Amino acid sequence: MKIGMLTGIAFAALLASVPAAQAGGRLNVLCGADEAWCTAFEKAFERKTNIDVSMVRKSSGEILAQVRAEKENPKVDVWWGGTGDPQLQAASEGLLEPYTSVNKPDLLPWAQNFFEISGGRAAGIYAGALGLAYNKQILQKKNLPAPKCWKDLANQAYQGEIQIANPNSSGTAYTVLATLVQIFGEDEAFKYLGELDRNVNNYTKSGSAPVKAAARGETLVGVSFMHDAVTQKQAGFPLEIVAPCEGTGYEIGAVSIIKGARNLEYAKLFVDYALSAEGQATGAEAGQNQVPSNGKASVPPGAPDITKIKLVDYDFATYGSADVRARLLSRFDSEIKAAR
Amino acid sequence: MQRALAISAALGLAGFCLFPWFGVEYGLFEPDWIETGGLLSEAGAPGILHLLFHGRLLLALPFLSLALVLLSAFDMRFLQGRERLLLAGLGAALLTIVAPPFVERWTGLEFLADVNSTALGYGAMITCAGLFVCVAIVWSKLGLGNRDAFTIASIGLVLALVGLFVFYPILHVLVQAFAPSGGRGSITSFLTTATGRDIWGLACLSGGRSCGVAINSLLLGVMTASSTTLFGLAFALLMTRTNFPAKRLLRALTVLPIITPPFVVGLALILLFGRAGAVTTWVSQLAGIEAGRWLYGFWGVWLTQTLAFTPIAFLVLIGVVEGVSPSLEEAAQTLRADLSATMRTISLPLFRPGLANAFLLGFIESLADFGNPLVLGGARGFLSTEIYFAVVGAQANPARAAVLAIILLLFTLGAFLLQRRWVGRKNYATITGKGDNGAHTPLSSAHALTVHCLTLPWLALTVVVYGMILYGSFVKLWGLDHAFTLDHYREAFGIGWSDGKLIWTGSGWGSLATTLSISLIAAPLTAALGLLTAWLLVRQQFVGKSAFEFATMLSFAVPGTVVGLSYILAFNVPPIELTGTGVILVLCFVFRNMPVGVRGGIAAMKQIDHSLDEASLTLGADSWQTLRKIVLPLLRPAIVAAIAYSFIRAITSVSAIIFLVSADHNMATAYIVGLVENGNYGVAIAYANVLIAVMLAVVIAVQLAFGTRRLRRHERLAKIAAAPVRA
Repeated sequence: MKIGMLTGIAFAALLASVPAAQAGGRLNVLCGADEAWCTAFEKAFERKTNIDVSMVRKSSGEILAQVRAEKENPKVDVWWGGTGDPQLQAASEGLLEPYTSVNKPDLLPWAQNFFEISGGRAAGIYAGALGLAYNKQILQKKNLPAPKCWKDLANQAYQGEIQIANPNSSGTAYTVLATLVQIFGEDEAFKYLGELDRNVNNYTKSGSAPVKAAARGETLVGVSFMHDAVTQKQAGFPLEIVAPCEGTGYEIGAVSIIKGARNLEYAKLFVDYALSAEGQATGAEAGQNQVPSNGKASVPPGAPDITKIKLVDYDFATYGSADVRARLLSRFDSEIKAAR
Repeated sequence: MQRALAISAALGLAGFCLFPWFGVEYGLFEPDWIETGGLLSEAGAPGILHLLFHGRLLLALPFLSLALVLLSAFDMRFLQGRERLLLAGLGAALLTIVAPPFVERWTGLEFLADVNSTALGYGAMITCAGLFVCVAIVWSKLGLGNRDAFTIASIGLVLALVGLFVFYPILHVLVQAFAPSGGRGSITSFLTTATGRDIWGLACLSGGRSCGVAINSLLLGVMTASSTTLFGLAFALLMTRTNFPAKRLLRALTVLPIITPPFVVGLALILLFGRAGAVTTWVSQLAGIEAGRWLYGFWGVWLTQTLAFTPIAFLVLIGVVEGVSPSLEEAAQTLRADLSATMRTISLPLFRPGLANAFLLGFIESLADFGNPLVLGGARGFLSTEIYFAVVGAQANPARAAVLAIILLLFTLGAFLLQRRWVGRKNYATITGKGDNGAHTPLSSAHALTVHCLTLPWLALTVVVYGMILYGSFVKLWGLDHAFTLDHYREAFGIGWSDGKLIWTGSGWGSLATTLSISLIAAPLTAALGLLTAWLLVRQQFVGKSAFEFATMLSFAVPGTVVGLSYILAFNVPPIELTGTGVILVLCFVFRNMPVGVRGGIAAMKQIDHSLDEASLTLGADSWQTLRKIVLPLLRPAIVAAIAYSFIRAITSVSAIIFLVSADHNMATAYIVGLVENGNYGVAIAYANVLIAVMLAVVIAVQLAFGTRRLRRHERLAKIAAAPVRA
């Protein structure tokens, strides 16, 4: 008995960890939000609960791919942050665990709605609206009018000056596409995109790339989430942010528990904290500019004032469904990219 | 021989009796394992206890055959006349450990479930290793295949490892190409996707705006490989055949681009040549042209790739150019060839293996490159980025990703076959062990001028780019607010004192420590495996050698995203469960970068004449001793290159590790990508600079530790004046 124990101890000292998961008292989280916010939230939750959180940041698409690949033997407990669209996909594929948090009653109506659509598998933690951002210096230099609406962007004057992400690779750009369809109707939206195509100098791969290019003057106008643009503006770049006059769509950032999570009880505590006013306050502290989903949470001072923005009633159920997504994307491919 | 047999059998038995047979849930480091009973609990029991107390009777086979081997090592009579039986027993033992879980996974049949319900652990691994070496030794004793034990063990080892860690995972991804879709059968849906116009379109050649992704990648690969090979050769000649004054500096500068984390160079180029870039603004004011966006697209990617991959070509070529014996060149000049004729007819043909390998590596690197096309590719799609977005994009399409990966692999196969045809079966050995103390001939003045014209602009651009990167980490906001600050370094690598203790306050320390330890473990393993494989390929003859050679190149050609995904799919479930550990990162690096060691080793070994090996073998050395005492010392530059390069690639790779990093094992590049995505360039660049400094230090240390080989008593270059006088 003793010898067994001793050899065990000796080898434990000698060898690195063998294929292993986490012991109790720990929680594995994939974070889809900004690195700074990931770290701040992790620290705050650890302080509050004394649970040892292992958190790593990846993009939402990467997290979805990983959760899919690991579904037979999940190693992750919680998916926190990042746009909610991939989480809705995961929910419909049965990769997420339903959980109703004690803090659900505090959520704003749009977050309640999101929770229903996901079948109780994902909860909204913040919202961010789409918008345009243009570079003031270039606008002055070229002596162009400032864009105010979606329709303005189709103006010939902006030829080769607009950047937008490719909806096939970027979730942000898919939100733009779905938003335009909801504002103008499908045929009219594609006609508009066809006109816009003349002015687009680059369909970037990543969703936040257009505002970064606008910030550095590589393009005049970038289309992206407004809070991404606010971050660039706060860094000191000469950006002006515009909420389009026809109305605009928005994303909902979400949190969910992975089906088969090994630390389910702790995961539930994590979700509770993520939906609490206290947990959501970490965003503003970490320099984030999204609107929190908990009605009691304070809104970051830099956040775009969502009451002054005309928001479309974004239909997450329809435009998150696989069929509609595939139809819109293939139509984008054939009608817009065929012209290229 | 007997001792080797005894040792390996004892090793196998030790694994069987002393280590937990299955993977331990929380790892051997964690106290949980010992608290729950350690080796005496069922979960943590070694093989012998499973056999005796937990009814896993099949495990008797490995135990008995190993015991028999151990006995026969002490007394040969046990073995006499029964070798074949023993070999069969050992083989069967290996199979009972390894085969069932795989068969189970692929066929869905539940058999022998009691033996292999959980992941195999250290015990099983060590037992397998012991069994494996025993098989090789007994096999060689039998005289089968006329090889010594070392050769047999090496071939078997490389085959088994490549099979397990390259083919097995990649198969998981590639089979998805044949998933039926849209009501079509598997073959038709594969063909529809694989022949699409978005892949093969040629519109850009006839004035259209964009070609298919495969065509884009192919054009880019050929252009990048040509330019990097050309520049690499120019640098190799500049180093060895001219009296260029600052050779050490040049050597350091040519190494810089490979030790740079990707996308940092792209960012610097945007600030130089982008529409709002410094050079662009200057030129457009000077010439009055509207500033353009040429950088975003094919030419921008080509420019960064040429900057980034030239050093690889240089590293391959420098060994070859140095290795060409001066005596042949001297002979040519004695026969009154002038300098340029000597270069054309003697030196260049002797460089062929180097040129071919450099081209092949450049081509494959370009195809698999992910960071540069992502940053600068613009709307232009390339295979590597398209595969990534087919996996993680808004419309996930694993079938398309797999089809594109297959096309990429076919391109690699094509390049590989072409390269072999071109090098052919000629003999390039010039290191023969015979007296060889000549001086390298200098370049003719025309050639010297060309070489300088090619290398100096490249050097100037590199200096500017790196100057900018260094500068960018010390200013508040690169490209906007150029006030000096140390904040970025403080944020990433701050150190503070608290309660008399040192605390690492910087956010980058954790990922830096993981990155360094994992890369330092992976690099020597990569180099060893790569050079061993190269030695087998060059010096040993066996059936299926060229298929084997291609197999070792495969992992290099597969885009990182595919590798990462395939590793999750293959190693997330028993029998080999590695996800979330550091081991999976090490394995990924070893097998992904092994081809560099292989190519470098092959190029260097082809120059070393067989007669040296034969002399050693005739004098009674076995092939292990020959490899150790004769071949390896002559391979020093190749070893240095392999270790340094695999270390660097482990640190700088991005796409392969995105899926494999976990919170406890986060890698520096994954962390930097996160920073860049959020526009936190200052910290990202500061972090990148720290990585560059660390890598430079390691490369220099490796260089000093292994030094250079001495082929001749003096390395020297003939004076131009001493060149033969024309008749």
